[in-house]
Amino acid sequence: MTEIDRFAPVLILLITAGLLLLDDMFLPEKRHLPWLTLLGLLVSAAWTGSLVARDSRGSIYHDMLLLDNYAIFFYFLFPAVAGAVILGAIEFARRMDDRVGEFYALILVVAAGAMMLASANDLIMIFIALETTSISQYALAGFLRDNRSSEAGVKYLLLGAVSTATLLYGMALLFGLTGTTGLPGIAEALTRADSGLRPAYLLAATLIAAGFGFKMVVFPFQMWAPDVYEGAPTPVTAYLSVASKAAGFAIVLRVFFVALAGTLITAEWTQLFAVIAAISMTVGNVLAIQQRNIKRLFGYSSVAQAGYFLVGVTAVSVANGRFTLAASGVLFFIATYAFTNLGAMLAIVAIENAIGSEEIADYSGLAKRSPWLAAVLAFCLISLTGLPPTAGFFAKVYIFYAAVQAKYVWLVVIAVLNTLLAAVYYLNIVRVMYLGEAKAPTGLRAGAAIRFAMTVAALGVLVFGVVPVPLLDAAQKAANVFRF
Amino acid sequence: MVTTILFLPLIGALVIFLLGDERLQLPKYVATAFSFATFVLSVILFVIFDRGRQGFQWIDHFTWIHLTIAGTTFEVQYKVGVDGLSLPLVLLTTGLTFLSVLISYEIDTRTREYFLWLLVLETGVIGVFTALDFILFFLFWEVELVPMYLLISIWGTGRKEYAALKFVLFTVAGSSLMLVGILILGFTAGTFDIVTLTSMKITSSIVPLWLIFWLILAAFFVKLPVVPLHTWLPDAHTNAPTAVSVLLAGVLLKMGGYGILRLAIDILPDTAKDFGTLFAILAAIGIIYGALIVLRQRDLKRLIAYSSVSHMGFVLLGIAALGQVGMTGAATEMFAHGIITGMLFIMVGLIYERTHTREIAQMSGLMRQLPFIGVFFYIAGFASLGLPSLASFVAEVLVFLGSFDKYVPMTVLGVVGVLLSAAYLLWMLQRVLWGPPMERWQGLKDATAWWERVPVVALTLAILAVGIYPRWLVDVFQMGITPIASRLA
Repeated sequence: MTEIDRFAPVLILLITAGLLLLDDMFLPEKRHLPWLTLLGLLVSAAWTGSLVARDSRGSIYHDMLLLDNYAIFFYFLFPAVAGAVILGAIEFARRMDDRVGEFYALILVVAAGAMMLASANDLIMIFIALETTSISQYALAGFLRDNRSSEAGVKYLLLGAVSTATLLYGMALLFGLTGTTGLPGIAEALTRADSGLRPAYLLAATLIAAGFGFKMVVFPFQMWAPDVYEGAPTPVTAYLSVASKAAGFAIVLRVFFVALAGTLITAEWTQLFAVIAAISMTVGNVLAIQQRNIKRLFGYSSVAQAGYFLVGVTAVSVANGRFTLAASGVLFFIATYAFTNLGAMLAIVAIENAIGSEEIADYSGLAKRSPWLAAVLAFCLISLTGLPPTAGFFAKVYIFYAAVQAKYVWLVVIAVLNTLLAAVYYLNIVRVMYLGEAKAPTGLRAGAAIRFAMTVAALGVLVFGVVPVPLLDAAQKAANVFRF
Repeated sequence: MVTTILFLPLIGALVIFLLGDERLQLPKYVATAFSFATFVLSVILFVIFDRGRQGFQWIDHFTWIHLTIAGTTFEVQYKVGVDGLSLPLVLLTTGLTFLSVLISYEIDTRTREYFLWLLVLETGVIGVFTALDFILFFLFWEVELVPMYLLISIWGTGRKEYAALKFVLFTVAGSSLMLVGILILGFTAGTFDIVTLTSMKITSSIVPLWLIFWLILAAFFVKLPVVPLHTWLPDAHTNAPTAVSVLLAGVLLKMGGYGILRLAIDILPDTAKDFGTLFAILAAIGIIYGALIVLRQRDLKRLIAYSSVSHMGFVLLGIAALGQVGMTGAATEMFAHGIITGMLFIMVGLIYERTHTREIAQMSGLMRQLPFIGVFFYIAGFASLGLPSLASFVAEVLVFLGSFDKYVPMTVLGVVGVLLSAAYLLWMLQRVLWGPPMERWQGLKDATAWWERVPVVALTLAILAVGIYPRWLVDVFQMGITPIASRLA
């Protein structure tokens, strides 16, 4: 029973998803569906809270899943992200009539899968959770059924399938080499491994990195992002840009720092991550500069931000036990990135609802038409650039400090110069909104739900920029699971 | 006390934000009140500052972020304070901001946002001068980006968006590299506390010390600016609105000089000694190049902008000598240049308000229509070229005395720079103010509003105060420079 107790937060989301589908089938009234979804998310988060209060930690289902501080961090994060997206999607979902229930249900399943991914302790579990969350995302991406959305969905599906296959191949190799699928077991086998098997382990690690690279949106697996971000319905883009990436990094940290942490191959994949990080940042930022469509721009900016995450991952060097600073840095970055990106993307959703356009040029003069929307978007963009007094500023400083500690100075130099590139296109949006001529004299109204979500996100960015300590402490507790 | 001075403008900005009504002219009165209050507080601080005690005083301090993870500590403190070097610069900031607010009364579009960003900018700059924790310093350094970008690009003239973006990109490039240097330094020394960093001897690090030195200097060399990183300055100064030009030239450039003195040289004095000659060469280039370029300018504001490049060369020359006299001279030049160039930009702004042109060729004989502006323009011009009894003379004498020992050729070039500055300033004044009067300027009105006259007269008094009896200023600077010079010995 304790195992079901620990698995309950995920289970609650899945049950709610089921209820939503039933509700959608039998009841004609659709307006209560988002609130039912939010209720499910709230119950799930509350259950996680009670698990924390009862100090319940441990394995679930024979170590397939692990409920530790790391998992709890994400058990709080993913429902929060899903909640914000749902609040932002209410107006959008109204247009979906007969498929509203599915929409909300899919969002819940994505969250559930992501939570499972964060607590996965076994290769097979990782695969199951990954597929759960990914397939739901493919469906969400193609939800609108118009040309762009369908193309986005299919592209996501095909590329996702290929990367999952790559991942599976790597996992198979790892199983073959170690004889077990449990992450701790793999770690142990790695320490006892014959150094002649190094190439085999490296191959396995590289394939796994490639498979996860798709989820993390890093170079050279980032091709899908701009197209999918542009084609998917905007609330889904918001969800993808945060939840999918967070899930990707959650599992990468687990796999690489628990399973593949032995000194046999660490130097290689650390170096690999460093190089990928440097290229991702640069490619993402350079390509984002010329984008005219804001969703596409966020697709490329996602690639660049993934590069920053990866700088943090690189810094979590195993050689010296001192570097859990970097691990908590990555987690802090994930949390602040969630707030920041959600704030920005929800603002974009609201703007799109009002003016019906995704072109940056149509954002001209937005500051006059809706000072509130423009301010939230501008503030979140400033956080993405990494300027104070935002949470994004601190996250960057923290990660760069960790990278300096790990003696990756060249990487930090590339990273800070990328801030410069990023400033160009983020500030451009701010410029268009504040300096441009308003395209129409009318003001813009945003729904109460989405305004609430945006406020919470923007406030989070501000508060954690001024008082980051609570979140840093939480990230630190979560990162302590990585004992070297 | 320092925290109050630091955050009062920000509170003022918040008040302006909450009182949304533009029609009652509230923003400008709120801004005036808050900036004046801040100025008064800083004057009080300047007076009660203990001139007998070395080191930092009036320190406000609490630990902001403290993380200990597996043996390493990451700590950022909120620590602000003043010493002999930073206090006059704080005074300069608050004074010039107050006068800028007065000069900005002529802004009539989006006044609420304008004054809001002006006050936020003031907090950022005071923060830079008073921060005693390196990460906090960096935070305040970055705070000035967004307000400057908006102030230049919304209320500027000409190619304002281009100038604003150029300003931001150059600054971010420099400060990004500085961040790397800060992080490496903090990791090597185990702390970000500036007081601790200046008193400890740093002998080695994970990268060569000179690399850290130049990474940190990157931001300051862009800001000062040092040729060839100066190309953002003419565009930014020329296209910004008057008050912003005043602040940019008067205060923001000094952030660069302050940074070089306090953060690069004071923390890595041994490394600094290796580069003294290079500094002197760059200074001489800046002085001469800046002055020569000025001679070709036809736009009044651009002329003064380039003269700023030249004058900041004097600052660098004083620093290059790495001695007590030279660095005190550099600091004094920063203050003097601040009030003088501030005044020059105000005069140009007043003229532009009336003639709506900055082309020197199109103006002539304005002294007849604008006697008040004309006379004070002359005073500012003479002050800028270093006439004795006016502020700049004191500073330049100290700089040359300090650098003559070590760098004779550069000092000679510096003096030639003074000669060139006389050339371009006198030429400019003669061309614009004297000569045959032109038809189109017949009906111009002189400066009569109180908010136009007060800044002009106030700055003139300040220039005279420094020029005639400089001890009230130079002694304070000396207090701050002495520890730095002793570390270099």
